[in-house]
Amino acid sequence: MIDKRLFGISRRFLHVWKRNLTVYRKNWKISFLPPILEPLFYLLAFGVGLSALVGSIQYRGSEISYIAFIAPALISINIMYNAFFETTYSSFVRMYYQKTFDAMMATPLFIGEVITGEIVWGATKSMIATLIMLGVISLFGLIDYPAGLVIIPLSFLGGLAFGAIGMYFTSIVSHIDIFNLPIFLFITPMFLFSGTFFPLETLPAWAQQISYVLPLTHLVSLVRALSFGVIEPSLALHVLYLVVFTLVFSPWSLVKMQKRLIK
Amino acid sequence: MFGLFVAVDGISFRVSRGECFGILGPNGAGKTSTIRMIYGFSPLTAGSLKVFGLEIEKELRRIKTRIGVCQQENSLDTELTVLQNLEIFASYFDIEPSPARRRAEDLLRFIALEQRRDAPVLELSGGLMRRLMLARALINDPQLLILDEPTTGLDPQSRHQIWNRLEELRSGGLTILLTTHYMEEASRLCDRLIIMDHGRILVEGSPADLIRKYAGRDVVEVSEPTDELRSFIASQGLPHDDLGHRLIVYCEDRDRLYKEVSSRYCREGCIMRMATLEDVFLKLTGRELRE
Repeated sequence: MIDKRLFGISRRFLHVWKRNLTVYRKNWKISFLPPILEPLFYLLAFGVGLSALVGSIQYRGSEISYIAFIAPALISINIMYNAFFETTYSSFVRMYYQKTFDAMMATPLFIGEVITGEIVWGATKSMIATLIMLGVISLFGLIDYPAGLVIIPLSFLGGLAFGAIGMYFTSIVSHIDIFNLPIFLFITPMFLFSGTFFPLETLPAWAQQISYVLPLTHLVSLVRALSFGVIEPSLALHVLYLVVFTLVFSPWSLVKMQKRLIK
Repeated sequence: MFGLFVAVDGISFRVSRGECFGILGPNGAGKTSTIRMIYGFSPLTAGSLKVFGLEIEKELRRIKTRIGVCQQENSLDTELTVLQNLEIFASYFDIEPSPARRRAEDLLRFIALEQRRDAPVLELSGGLMRRLMLARALINDPQLLILDEPTTGLDPQSRHQIWNRLEELRSGGLTILLTTHYMEEASRLCDRLIIMDHGRILVEGSPADLIRKYAGRDVVEVSEPTDELRSFIASQGLPHDDLGHRLIVYCEDRDRLYKEVSSRYCREGCIMRMATLEDVFLKLTGRELRE
């Protein structure tokens, strides 16, 4: 039975969000490092190393460099990783080992607010990482502004989508090691086959169709278009996909989480 | 004025304001399940549950604002310091930062932990963590404090520390509901208590009344009893428990019985003592192991 209070989410979810922010700020020096260093490593490896082999790539009818092609993908992958790992491993540790959710539920907070706070926090982490990465990548002149600024709110939406599905997995895994499964079967294929490191058009038609089911494909398409200063109506479809994805997995994860926690 | 009224699944009891009420029972008796329903963690299966006169189904948020819960399992936030644990918890109750800080500091003094306010929680010993759990349950200045086995696993010093604090709170007029395995804890703290088993209430009353009613005043305990002793006790018609290697006799006049038993039936291993809540508990719930 679904408790009617599950979806009666008040602004109290922000208390949960703020708790996570407090912890994040304690370790901010460590949290800031990956989004600064990761794009540098990738751009160095691919830009210097692989570029010589790949040469240039066709994008929307013009020749672009390989690092200009993958830079938006690096941002998209980071959006996915930050939210997904936050609502899987980190949320699981809080829920299962630290009993943080149990403690919260003995206060005026309800479970819907706890879970919403966690997902929104995951999206916030995606956005913070995106801000830093955008700064680094912009130094290489790989982002077109002002269109590139839209990537910031987009990273929040992408974070919600990946945070929601991460929370869904957290609600069903019996043990923390089982997260390996969604990572192998869902995250890694997306990392490779969502138009990240090579254009989707090089894949056979059936594989292209599959990749359009995956959320990262849509996020990469959006970030790449914005990085090249393209804002056109067709992008709305990709946004719509991410919105629908979020609207499906957020409430679903709430329902599953209630089943898991309330005994 | 209402404290708490519970009538679910054949369990029914009432806790008045300012009272310390205990729920005792072996593992799996349903203590934690009952308590979880009271703070809205578990849904009500059937029946009626009122806290402060408010229906739990309709006004859970208002109820949760006014109760403090100290759960059985340690659920402190290990990523935060001692003080932050209290401050962040206060924020869940919509308490503004500056009153939250004042309240947190008062509570740290109350549990004598102000010296460790900036320590990471992971550095605290089990006893200190438990004290912090208690302080955290008091952050919203609750009108009802719910404690699920507050001293399980603690050393005697820490246990007495917690008891002193709870006695202080009780004399301050706070309503307390606690579950425990320790009969000494229940005798010392509870004004009234219930003993439950298999999801049902066996008895209800004050510790002293229950002892008088179910175990009498005194107890003579004999280890390795002889058959002669057994037939003597039977002939006297005294209530007793025969555990094989140990015989427990409940009586009203221990001096006379003790003299008789120790001089005629055993040379050593015979003691006389006051009846305790533990005698009542074991008599009612049996001695076989649970789970």
